[in-house]
Amino acid sequence: MKRRDVVKKLLSGRKDLLVIAGLGSTAWDITAAGDSPLNFPLWGAMGQAAMIGLGLALAQPKRRVLVITGDGEMLMGMGSLATIGVQKPNNLTVVVIDNERYGETGMQETHTAHGIDLNGVARSCGLNIVEPKELTKAIHGKKGPNFAVVKVDAEKIPLVLPPREGTLLKARFRRALLGAKADAE
Amino acid sequence: MWPEGIHKELSAAGVRQIGYVPDAGHKRLIELCQADKKMRAVVLSTEEEGIGLAAGAWLGGQKSVLLMQSSGVGNVINVLGMVRECRFPLVTLVTMRGEQGEFNPWQVPMGQATRPVLESMGTVVHAPATEAEIVPTVNAALRLAYNSYASVAVLIPQRVIGIKSFQDQTSR
Repeated sequence: MKRRDVVKKLLSGRKDLLVIAGLGSTAWDITAAGDSPLNFPLWGAMGQAAMIGLGLALAQPKRRVLVITGDGEMLMGMGSLATIGVQKPNNLTVVVIDNERYGETGMQETHTAHGIDLNGVARSCGLNIVEPKELTKAIHGKKGPNFAVVKVDAEKIPLVLPPREGTLLKARFRRALLGAKADAE
Repeated sequence: MWPEGIHKELSAAGVRQIGYVPDAGHKRLIELCQADKKMRAVVLSTEEEGIGLAAGAWLGGQKSVLLMQSSGVGNVINVLGMVRECRFPLVTLVTMRGEQGEFNPWQVPMGQATRPVLESMGTVVHAPATEAEIVPTVNAALRLAYNSYASVAVLIPQRVIGIKSFQDQTSR
């Protein structure tokens, strides 16, 4: 499967979905699908995408939260799956777009290229494993925490860059989500 | 006692998410936060996760405070870069080791490096010297962080926590 097609499909008809993307290729993927103020694409903080999703999901229990990240980024924050498994947010879904490569650094193989099974880790941590074909439905309605690995081709494709200024990304997200309250605190 | 005083400050400031990696010095405060129905106490597998949690909470309109021991400061250095670049408000309450009267030599390097490491990553460091100063300092840290979008750490001195040995630590 092609990663841009997968992400575009996941985000089509996204409505008021809140989206966090891990640094690198998945940040470009969500931007290629259509930039939105309700996207928070990371440019750093490798390993923290799922935790940002957890903090957001706990703060906004009535909204659905989607974390889209890469296999390398997820591997760096694997402990966060245990932390999510304890908190059990029912509105959170974490999707790993797995090309078995570190895409930004020269396409070196990650652990998943050697059989390390992120679904197995997430299952052991108490997350619900979702099949890729059930994913769009699960993101919008299945009781979480949900987790999916979508295997994609290891391909070099053009970058589609979101805004890179952190304060802008934060402020536009809060304003879009919280309205006037974003600036009141 | 200072843990009760800190809990009152966190409550009055409307803090909703408490990320923590346990520390003997934070034991009482963690218990108070766990018992508080308005707070969500989130046990972390590493301190770094607390920075992500706090960032996500703020994106969602909630305040979060992170509790850790000084050794944990070494685990959060890179992700403090996100806090600075995005100007996420952040309050970190750090119980100090490797400071006054330390009995474990392995705690000393990170304990001594705690303040310069935080400051070099753009975090404002408040270091109350006595027990009486702790609660007012936490009050000031909350206001600085949430009114001025700053990252602020309060270092709770080892002298106040007063653990003198491994046996003492385990018995608490």
